[in-house]
Amino acid sequence: MAVVSDKVSMSNMQIIRRRTSPVFDQGFRWASYGSALIVLAVLAGIIGTMVHGGWPAFKEFGFGFVTSSIWNVGADQYGAWVAIAGTLTSALIALVIGVPISIGIAIFLTQLCPSWLRRPVSTVIELLAAVPSIIYGMWGLFVFAPLFAKYVQVPLSNIVEGMPIIGTVLYARVPSGVGMMTAGIILAIMIIPFIASITRDMLDQIPTVLRESAYGIGCTTWEVVRHVLLPQAGVSIIGAIMLGLGRALGETMAVTFVIGNANRLSLSLFDPSSTIASRIANEFNEAAGLQMNALLALGCILFVVTFIVLALARLLISRVKTH
Amino acid sequence: MDTVLYNPAATVTAPAPWGRVRRSRYVADRALKVICTLFTLLGAFVLGWILLMLVVEGIGGLSPAVFTETTPGPGTAGGGIANAIVGSLILTVLGIVAATPIGVLAGTYLAEYGKTSMLATIIRFVNDILLAAPSILIGLFVYMLMVQPMGGYSGWAGGVALAIIAVPVIVRSTEDMLRLVPSSLREAGAALGAPMSTVIMKISWKAARAGMVTGVILATARIAGETAPLLFTALNNNFWFSPTLMGGVSNLPVTIYQFALAPYENWRELAWAGALIITLSILALSVVARLLLKKDKVR
Repeated sequence: MAVVSDKVSMSNMQIIRRRTSPVFDQGFRWASYGSALIVLAVLAGIIGTMVHGGWPAFKEFGFGFVTSSIWNVGADQYGAWVAIAGTLTSALIALVIGVPISIGIAIFLTQLCPSWLRRPVSTVIELLAAVPSIIYGMWGLFVFAPLFAKYVQVPLSNIVEGMPIIGTVLYARVPSGVGMMTAGIILAIMIIPFIASITRDMLDQIPTVLRESAYGIGCTTWEVVRHVLLPQAGVSIIGAIMLGLGRALGETMAVTFVIGNANRLSLSLFDPSSTIASRIANEFNEAAGLQMNALLALGCILFVVTFIVLALARLLISRVKTH
Repeated sequence: MDTVLYNPAATVTAPAPWGRVRRSRYVADRALKVICTLFTLLGAFVLGWILLMLVVEGIGGLSPAVFTETTPGPGTAGGGIANAIVGSLILTVLGIVAATPIGVLAGTYLAEYGKTSMLATIIRFVNDILLAAPSILIGLFVYMLMVQPMGGYSGWAGGVALAIIAVPVIVRSTEDMLRLVPSSLREAGAALGAPMSTVIMKISWKAARAGMVTGVILATARIAGETAPLLFTALNNNFWFSPTLMGGVSNLPVTIYQFALAPYENWRELAWAGALIITLSILALSVVARLLLKKDKVR
């Protein structure tokens, strides 16, 4: 037996003694370095393509490309304003609805939820982010929009009709359920998991002792949240909101289903409109010539805006983390 | 109600006698608790509603033909989505096979080589932006990069577009998981004379394996349902696609998109069946990924 085990350990030693060649070691280093550079190259490539492809449209229409609301394929006249306004409005609606809900969920998960329920509830909220956006689109168009038209748009239009300002903003000429407001609501649901999970992580990082001392001097849960937790997490919650905004700005398929895809500037939130992403999705495959350049220019604008928003988000979130 | 709302495990026991507390404080506190609970229920309710919708609408369309027959032409009865399912599998596998080595190596660079260097900081920043960048723009990018020069849509372009979406997910999770590996393990390896690459592959990767696999699974789940980047790259195809993957390659998300909005009853039924299949697969992948990570933590 002793002989056998000796043999085994001998062969093992030989395996161990086989050394990794320095060439492999260097090669591994360069491979990982190169892979990291690919990430940079992709971003540079996206920027380059958008600017290069959109340049003819920017040159043709100048600054008027951004401010003009004419999008006429027949006359080869393109202006981005309707799509830009649609993108910003729908994302804004999404934030107005989504942010309070997300923060509420984060507070529930960190402060109110019994510990055995935390994990399942967190998973459910995070699974909202895993549902493909096309499924949100189908849900929005076939399930939500009809209900929204019947129980919100029609009654609301009847009430506000004729009123100044509200009568325009909340009046649905064609109560089909499809339009800016529906897109905003769907987007709100889609960004909730992102904002909620980051806010939850940030609230978790706040030292328990702060919370305990606040409870110790007799604060209610509301006062602890309002005066201790939210100020402590402050900046990073804004970062989380910015991240949600970045997502909402670029969301494509769900919006394409429910926004109605009309190139019309309307003061009513219930009217169909379009966003940059939905217009690209609808038209790019059939586009040629200047129209394609105009769509790429739209993509360029979208990229610049989301880049700024996401960069801000990243800066705000990381600043708190390092402290 | 109280027992549900209060966290019994918390170290803080809330004051019981509300009688001596000003009414406005009591109301504000109650309102916060009720509203936060309702918001959470709303989130869970929406997920349940979407799943219920998929099951109710999709289960009727599920039949063996869905998995065996190709997508029907306009006005043709019957048909299935076999070509779309196979196409989606191919595109997803292509994407993840291309993305995994790049993502893992780039994540390794950030965690093991670059660390806090200027370049690593920039790449980390750029990666976070790509993580949330609009996926339709990635479709546009790959269209200009591959479809236009190659003179037509192809499954390869679709795979590259999906890979570009998957890479940042894998980079992020790989780096996060490698950072959790205690540096004493690496030092022990280095002290035995192991070169850097051996330390990384035999020690760091091994220790972080579960988390890295989770990252790859989550990336798979993420790209399996992506529609926007495929619109301009793999497009779609109502027949079996060419084995060289040149020309349009049928895939589930774009098929669902086209069929759901079509005027034909059987198309819409197939779209719902496809939606059910794809959503359940993706949710299953996400749950498996989570369980994998949890099991590792327990161990």
